[in-house]
Amino acid sequence: MLKYIGKRILWMIPVLIGVTLLLFLMQSITPGDPADLALGENATAAQKTEWRERYGLEDPILVQYGKYMWNIISKVDFGNSYKTGKPVTRQILQRWPTTFLLAFLTTIVSALIGVTLGIFSALYRGKWFDNVARFFGMLGISMPNFWFALLLIQLFALRLKVLPVSGWYGPKYWILPSLTLGILGSASLLRITRSAMLDNIQADYVRTARAKGQRESKVTLHHILKNAMIPITTNIGFQFSMGLAGTMVLEQIFAISGLGNLMVTAINNRDYPQLRGSVILVAATICVVNLLVDILYALFDPRVKARYKNS
Amino acid sequence: MKNKNTQVPPAEVKRRSMFGEAMRRLLQNHMAMGGLIILVAVILLCLLAGVICPEGYDAQNIAERFIKPCVRYPLGTDPLGRSLLARVLYGGRISLLIGFVATIIAAFGGISLGAIAAYYGGIVDDVIMRVLDIFSAIPSLLMAIVITASMGSGLFNCMLAVGISSVPNFARMVRGPILSIMDQEFIEAARLIDATDRRIILKHVIPNVLSPIIVQMTMNLASSILLAASLSFLGLGVQAPMPEWGALLSEARQYIAQYPYLVTIPGLAIASVVLSTNLFGDGLRDSLDPRLKN
Repeated sequence: MLKYIGKRILWMIPVLIGVTLLLFLMQSITPGDPADLALGENATAAQKTEWRERYGLEDPILVQYGKYMWNIISKVDFGNSYKTGKPVTRQILQRWPTTFLLAFLTTIVSALIGVTLGIFSALYRGKWFDNVARFFGMLGISMPNFWFALLLIQLFALRLKVLPVSGWYGPKYWILPSLTLGILGSASLLRITRSAMLDNIQADYVRTARAKGQRESKVTLHHILKNAMIPITTNIGFQFSMGLAGTMVLEQIFAISGLGNLMVTAINNRDYPQLRGSVILVAATICVVNLLVDILYALFDPRVKARYKNS
Repeated sequence: MKNKNTQVPPAEVKRRSMFGEAMRRLLQNHMAMGGLIILVAVILLCLLAGVICPEGYDAQNIAERFIKPCVRYPLGTDPLGRSLLARVLYGGRISLLIGFVATIIAAFGGISLGAIAAYYGGIVDDVIMRVLDIFSAIPSLLMAIVITASMGSGLFNCMLAVGISSVPNFARMVRGPILSIMDQEFIEAARLIDATDRRIILKHVIPNVLSPIIVQMTMNLASSILLAASLSFLGLGVQAPMPEWGALLSEARQYIAQYPYLVTIPGLAIASVVLSTNLFGDGLRDSLDPRLKN
């Protein structure tokens, strides 16, 4: 089992190299010269060259990439901001916990609401609960998250005044943002859970368990749900990366100082090192979470566990 | 005595093709048909924007700003006195255009990659899947943000960004069904008579996976519209004064306390179009493969 985990971690490395290379190469398709944007139009050619040399932009692109990766691996240094000239690493690392926490809370909320509703939707298939839940499922995946956030702010923060409008200063501030993304994310989980449960509900082993006198709740949870967990777990992992993406937008609305906010500022300033560093951190987080999801499979499905052990 | 060997001729059975069967199921699906009707209605309204609102999306009238919906301005006016109805209708053109073009780009790229990966298998498949894994490590919104950050904002770059970030989904979705038909005999037969690879892929493989492709394209239309709206909301997609539903929401954000209708209406437009497209796509999927219906 440990061998499998080790293999998966090793396999993450080419993916991360690919991601960083991709982000690095994106810079080469950018129209215009970063030196122009940073120094303004009145800068002389000599000043621009000097600026480019300072940031190592005169080297061939692969050499730049090599130096960049070496800095990250050896010193955890994501380079210097084009705008301020100061290292971007500290700001990126400082803001990461906020974004991660928001994405994490979102995932928990989605999982709790989505899986629960999905189970009942499958159990009461065809009844009114199922129809309402399925409609909610469709609505949830169709609503723009920024609009839903604005609606919730209107309701809870402006009209009812029970929750704060923006900021991230304590647990009370966590509620609205994570509820927004959590409720929308639960729609997708609801659909997957319902579908996965229905796949298993007709199975022979379910009938056998009932025939043996098993409690209905145990049949549902221990037998049906457990077998449905693989697609559900995959989707929970996917919800986490959707949550991370969603925070990009939500941090703008709720004025949260996270990576998303940093990224948007970086784009407006054409500050590629800051943007690159943030995106790399987000991609690395997603890779690690996907690895954890893969390991979770082994918990749920002994066949998968056996396969991991033998690989 | 009755002749026991008399055979009663069978009742007339209407012969229907599989496609006809699928269409019949689709037409009976009320939710899907409702979605289709709403989508078509919105497309028509947006195309008729020039007729309904001849003043255009940029006709400012500062004296008449912030008017709530009334008879003269059916959806009210925005902070610059522009008719919100005009902004929404013309904006709909842009949002829908981005959605359709991005879906075509994603379909083109995704189907090519997925088909090549599944058809040739082996190392080609491995390499393409690894590249797709790399793209999948970055969520679509982030990918679209990075692409627009690199290439600049604007309508065309927005379409390109949204399309490219949806390619991995398409490729993966197409690869599955193709892998399963690769073992079938008609492919082997085509190879035996020396058909070129290109002919086999285009004439034999792809028509057989058309159903999942159509379903995926519909779902992709919905997600592309959402993605484009998110990009414009962040200020990275379409630029002012071009209206786009996401951009309209972004402008309205600061007035949410005093003039909530500015926020509600564009959002409702996005939600209803995406919802109806999703409903139709779901119905399409259910009708084309009843095995998937739950």
